[in-house]
Amino acid sequence: MRGKLVTGATSARVPFWRDVRVLQWVLQLVVVALVVAFILWLYGNYVDNSAEQNIPTDFGFLDNPANFQITGNSLSQSAPVSDAIYEGLLNTLRVSVAGIIAATILGTLVGIARLSNNWLLRKLATVYVEAVRNVPLALFVVAGLLVVVLGVFPTIQDAWDLAGLSIISNRGVAVPWFDGSGSGLLLIGLVGIILAWAVARWRRSVSDRTGVLPRSGLWGGALFLLVLIVGWFALGYSWSLPEIDGRQTTGGMRIDPSFFALFFALVIYTASHIAEIVRGSIQAVPKGQGEAADAVALSGFQRMWYVILPQAFRIAIPPVGNQYLNLTKNSSLGAAIGFYDLTLVAQTTVGNGSPAVPVFALTMIIYIGISLVTSVIVNIANRRFTLVER
Amino acid sequence: MSATGAPTRRPAALVWLRRNLFRSPLDSLLTIVFGAVSIWLIYKTLSFIFITGRWEIIRVNLRLLMIGRFPEAHVLRLAITVVGLAGWGGLLAGFIRGRQIRSGRVADDRFTLSRVLDIAVRLSIPALLVLLLLTLAQTPGPWIMTGAAVVAAIIGRAVGPFLGRHTFGPAGAAVIASVLAAVPVALYFYVVTAVGFDDWGGFMLNLFLALCSIVLCFPLGVLLALGRRSALPLVKLVSTAYIELIRGAPLFVLLLLANVALGFFVPDTLAPSTSTRAIVVFTLFTAAYMAEIIRGGLQSVPRGQLEAAKAVGLSPVRQMGYIVLPQALRNVIPAQIGQLISLFKDTTLAGIAMGLFELLNVAGALPAQADFRGQGLIGETITFAALMFWVVSYTMSRESQRLEKRLGVGDR
Repeated sequence: MRGKLVTGATSARVPFWRDVRVLQWVLQLVVVALVVAFILWLYGNYVDNSAEQNIPTDFGFLDNPANFQITGNSLSQSAPVSDAIYEGLLNTLRVSVAGIIAATILGTLVGIARLSNNWLLRKLATVYVEAVRNVPLALFVVAGLLVVVLGVFPTIQDAWDLAGLSIISNRGVAVPWFDGSGSGLLLIGLVGIILAWAVARWRRSVSDRTGVLPRSGLWGGALFLLVLIVGWFALGYSWSLPEIDGRQTTGGMRIDPSFFALFFALVIYTASHIAEIVRGSIQAVPKGQGEAADAVALSGFQRMWYVILPQAFRIAIPPVGNQYLNLTKNSSLGAAIGFYDLTLVAQTTVGNGSPAVPVFALTMIIYIGISLVTSVIVNIANRRFTLVER
Repeated sequence: MSATGAPTRRPAALVWLRRNLFRSPLDSLLTIVFGAVSIWLIYKTLSFIFITGRWEIIRVNLRLLMIGRFPEAHVLRLAITVVGLAGWGGLLAGFIRGRQIRSGRVADDRFTLSRVLDIAVRLSIPALLVLLLLTLAQTPGPWIMTGAAVVAAIIGRAVGPFLGRHTFGPAGAAVIASVLAAVPVALYFYVVTAVGFDDWGGFMLNLFLALCSIVLCFPLGVLLALGRRSALPLVKLVSTAYIELIRGAPLFVLLLLANVALGFFVPDTLAPSTSTRAIVVFTLFTAAYMAEIIRGGLQSVPRGQLEAAKAVGLSPVRQMGYIVLPQALRNVIPAQIGQLISLFKDTTLAGIAMGLFELLNVAGALPAQADFRGQGLIGETITFAALMFWVVSYTMSRESQRLEKRLGVGDR
């Protein structure tokens, strides 16, 4: 190459249409302009079409009466749409949180069982995972309601009575519950958790200073139970057991058939995915860790609980967090079987005359918000538990 | 232990039992409990399949379950398409094998006994399903079609290697590539000109929705992945926003939205039939997930590859197209198949959200037929639907695991 050309390249005489920096910005501006133009085009069409059909584009519908009732809820027909959407959001959160907890427990157990020494347990877990995760979730949801609850469960006249504790019929499952305000109990639980955490921390610091066994789990758990029991009696809570009363159940809490079906479908489906993640994470823990646990004569349970699982969970947090997100989003399938979650409430209000686009936009924003919050929590947990290396 | 100190030999079966089922008291308890559970489950399953299940509803409605309300007059086109696709698949497999032989990656193409057995094992589950469906069929048509499809596949597989081993010039290669690509497209138009795919239904619709969307989402996914990794901040922002927004929203709500509200956003000519809407939503949705998978693949390509491509003076487009993307895409083939499986399962949502007459919808509707009303046959129809989905998904995931192993050990 000639030297002239090399020096020429560094000089300011590069014409702007060949300057990479200019070209890059032009390219970007073109892309952004196209995207913005496309969005504007869509929005313009939407405004025009709405105006033509006299459909409002604002969120004024939120104050209109909802004109429908949510099963198992005190929401009245004349309550505004915003209240119905709030109730739908609560239902979504209820089934998601309960589902996440149950799916984590079941998935972890199945994941461990897939690596068990017990041949039967191992095979059973494998069959469960392979059978469940290759079938669409929608099928479990529909089958849960139509086949299990409405097909297998008995009528209320000859309902299954499990030792007086819960009553199972095709009208739902009634379980023991407490009388009194739920938020009060939640508050007690929260206080208990904070105190337990504090005492566990204190025990660990004592252990660090003096070398006595921390027993932080024991102390924390005992304190938590103590707070719960004291709070229970101090605020006058009591148990209520379900009873059959004619064609209904009274007392306790009645779990709606659609909630029951959706919950179990979500748990069974998601647990099969979590089980695979847990299995992979356990296998990813270096072999030497398990051998070291054996060498210091830990029992099988101690080996799992103190050595393997803490390290496996560290690896499993991001993918399991993804499964939590999936479960939350999949709970929208409840709409298929008449569970009044956010999606079905949105669908129903649209059917009752609310404008479709704002309703679904709002629904989508709420779901994306839930996803964002969940992923932030998972990221915090991930950062908190990631092994800090030098 | 005997008195002489030599350990007495116990029967191997007892040793196995002891080691695998009754290692400790807890272990024995687990074995007994779960043994009882599994015996009960097996008993229930078997009695459902052979005694209590009334499968007449499946036999009578098999056609509805498989192809929906596809007009009788044009079923022949469907059969010809299936046979053509089988031959095409065989040809493609043979062609790839021929290429591998030519490049020396595979020694020969002999069908040894062990290889035949391996193929038989791999294909056993879908083959059993096809056999089951054939025995349920009431006309000879499906038998003839299946036989012709198998023959076509074998012929294609036999011819393919010759084509693959042959060296063509650039023009010849282009002709072969375009012919191979044109065959499925031509077959698609052969069917769709007779019966537009709004009238398709049953399991065929599930397969079609999944295949269409996975093919269509691929270019968009690649673009989004490249965009997200781009050094240009605005392009990166747009791609990231799209990916994260789509991934945050449930597919079910997106389908509902498209069903009710797409007409507001685009002119009527662009707001087509329900099936097309479903394909559009599945494509846009899967593209976001595909982009994340491909991004992972791009990150797995060692930096030196790109640097080497730069060093030999390739243009940026060629660096990507010839060096980085082929490796990136190959690295994530298993993840892509995983996405295809989940997309395939998600096609059931189109039935619920948009009322498309796909398999789950058919299965849900059949028990309300006049002949079967009030007999509680939903269990039978849903079991059948589950079996169909299970066999296809399970086979795909098995093949993907196999591919993963082969790619892992392969020629790298």
